[in-house]
Amino acid sequence: MSQRIPVTELTGGFRDRAEVALADGQLRTNFRTAMDSLMKKRADAFPDEDEREGLRELGNRIKARALSRLPDLLEQLETKLTENGVKVHWAETTEQANEIVHGIIRARQGSQVVKGKSMVSEEMEMNDYLAERGVECLESDMGEYIVQLDGEKPSHIIMPAIHKNRRQVSKLFHDKLGVEETDDVNELIQVGRRTLRRKFMEADVGVSGVNFAIAETGTLLLVENEGNGRMSTTAPPVHVAVTGIEKVVENLRDVVPLLSLLTRSALGQPITTYVNMISGPRKADELDGPEEVHLVLLDNGRSGAFADAQMRQTLNCIRCGACMNHCPVYTRVGGHTYGEVYPGPIGKIVTPHMVGLHQVPDHPSASSLCGACGDVCPVKIPIPELLQRLRQENVKSPAEGPKVKDGGAKYSRKERLIWRFWQTLNSSPVLYRLFLWGATRFRKLTPKHVGPWTENHTAPVPAKRSLHDLAREHLAREHLARNGGQ
Amino acid sequence: MSELFYDAAPNATRVAPERPGPRQYPAKPREVILFGTCVVDLFFPEAGLDAIRLLEREGVRVHFPEGQSCCGQPAWTSGYASEAREVARAQLAILDAGMPVVVPSGSCAGMFRQHYRELFADEPDTLARVEVLAEHTFELTEFLLNVCRVDWQDLGEPTRIALHTSCSARREMNTHLHARELLGKLAKVERVEHDHESECCGFGGTFSVRMPEVSGAMVKDKTQSLMTSGADEMVTADGGCLMNINGSLDKQQQAFRGRHLASFLWERVSGEGKA
Repeated sequence: MSQRIPVTELTGGFRDRAEVALADGQLRTNFRTAMDSLMKKRADAFPDEDEREGLRELGNRIKARALSRLPDLLEQLETKLTENGVKVHWAETTEQANEIVHGIIRARQGSQVVKGKSMVSEEMEMNDYLAERGVECLESDMGEYIVQLDGEKPSHIIMPAIHKNRRQVSKLFHDKLGVEETDDVNELIQVGRRTLRRKFMEADVGVSGVNFAIAETGTLLLVENEGNGRMSTTAPPVHVAVTGIEKVVENLRDVVPLLSLLTRSALGQPITTYVNMISGPRKADELDGPEEVHLVLLDNGRSGAFADAQMRQTLNCIRCGACMNHCPVYTRVGGHTYGEVYPGPIGKIVTPHMVGLHQVPDHPSASSLCGACGDVCPVKIPIPELLQRLRQENVKSPAEGPKVKDGGAKYSRKERLIWRFWQTLNSSPVLYRLFLWGATRFRKLTPKHVGPWTENHTAPVPAKRSLHDLAREHLAREHLARNGGQ
Repeated sequence: MSELFYDAAPNATRVAPERPGPRQYPAKPREVILFGTCVVDLFFPEAGLDAIRLLEREGVRVHFPEGQSCCGQPAWTSGYASEAREVARAQLAILDAGMPVVVPSGSCAGMFRQHYRELFADEPDTLARVEVLAEHTFELTEFLLNVCRVDWQDLGEPTRIALHTSCSARREMNTHLHARELLGKLAKVERVEHDHESECCGFGGTFSVRMPEVSGAMVKDKTQSLMTSGADEMVTADGGCLMNINGSLDKQQQAFRGRHLASFLWERVSGEGKA
């Protein structure tokens, strides 16, 4: 199974892609191995349950507090950043965000961009947008570099190339860069490093994401482990940070617990190797740093989620990826199966606000609601509850007025009718008992094939007698014995 | 509330808010209602009867209201909230007699205790009754352990079992802890761990038919880990998982099987051997 994973090339829905992914033994092993290791790392990073739960509660409240003042905080952020010499741009759509970034590059007559890891730039499909306009965009995060080299998209928000094992990466480097194949991870990293070093020095513009935008001080905080983030934000003459409007927090004190939650939940690290706090361009007396710093604040559907008290909780997300690491569905199908920028449980609840439910109609159903995601979420987003809400919005008729973007994507009169029938049956004791009588009496007539259920199971055959029957008989006997004994 | 934390820094990571305390249990009541659940009613009625026997053995009189059907979970998790609500209303009408309600399924008990609140959020009067039901609802193992405080003598042969707990039951009802502790009271039962024990079996109600490919992969992994655990059989307190796991084992033509925990417990404490 050394061939390229075709999952990303499939045009069908979630189920079609899932089927292909599930049949790929190598992919299954890669994800299972990686996710098992990440789950263990997280567990080890939180040895004290009380501390963990207290911290999660705190993280939740900090984000809730920040979101309750979101418009004010964004304005404060803009004011402070402007004072610090950072140019702030607002983008309602990804198209606008791309135009802004391209405009900044054009003003410098730039042709080369080096990028630190940024999921918002993935959301914007910035690489493609700029490439079409003659600007080369090179990913400098090792995982991003690997997927870019292979013409793929990230399969995980923290570890973009987690779907590949070292042999696959080695082969890729051999095929694309002409280097010797090797099993040595350090050697592989050196290959990427040598290429990237040169690019950092040549690039006209560096692009990065933001983990926390701090309103009180006008600081952009960026965590990373490879140093590429610091290089991307300091070596080129221009730094453009792109981020979603939900990343703003009130002050630096709020960052302490959030940062601890983020790095421990993501990779089990007490802290990342690099924590960059960017507070403006190079000052007159400084020797290095960019001449210009820009921040692009992207909405892209976030204000739609914000407007709904329940869905607003999706904006708590600090993008740690713990929900996908613990998800039994994600572990089996991998990130590409979701067909969108944000995979896994968090992807299922943030993507509809960005692209609309019509584009991801199966996402809310792609969960057994096992709850592992909600259990580990560092900011306590009730992911299963929100998935359930999306399911409700998904089956609403146009007349019922779905409240999520392009809701009603799964509206079906037939299915509604089936549930109405189920409702009648289960709310009428007489009908329900009639059903029990029929199902037990004619149990031999149970069909051998019952829809998709019998793809994985034999057909369930009703018992000879229902519990209603057995209990009635048993309790009557008990009653008799009790009264007889007195 | 947020102000509290705002001012609680400098070392904010050390500020742990008060966590809700463990559930307080009442003294053993004289009578209870058994809510059988629709899956047990139709597919595992013996397990329901064994639950009744286990309760009666503790001197508790059991009522089985004839009007009961389903807790409403299938429609609720499928997004059909109003249909679920009407079925829930019908159950509420027969279950809010103020008597403890014992449920041989953690996820259905969780439905009563957690999700009825969401279903009736806009009906304050009903919500008050829902709160009463929530207070009175116990999952079977929880009730036997913490309310009846059972003291059992194990009358069975030595055996090794694997325990599977439904995810929602574990999350909403702590079923895994209760079942483990109950099984620990049986001297000749050895509980063996299985690989990825806390992972979902892939049932998830209608998930199993909406996403048969993914669900199938999950249950296949679950059955594999159960079969290689060294256990003689699997026990579970949730009918949905049981139907999923046994149905898959049967399809794979495996001899290994799962059984409802109520039936297993009754066999051990009554000494009635069952094949």
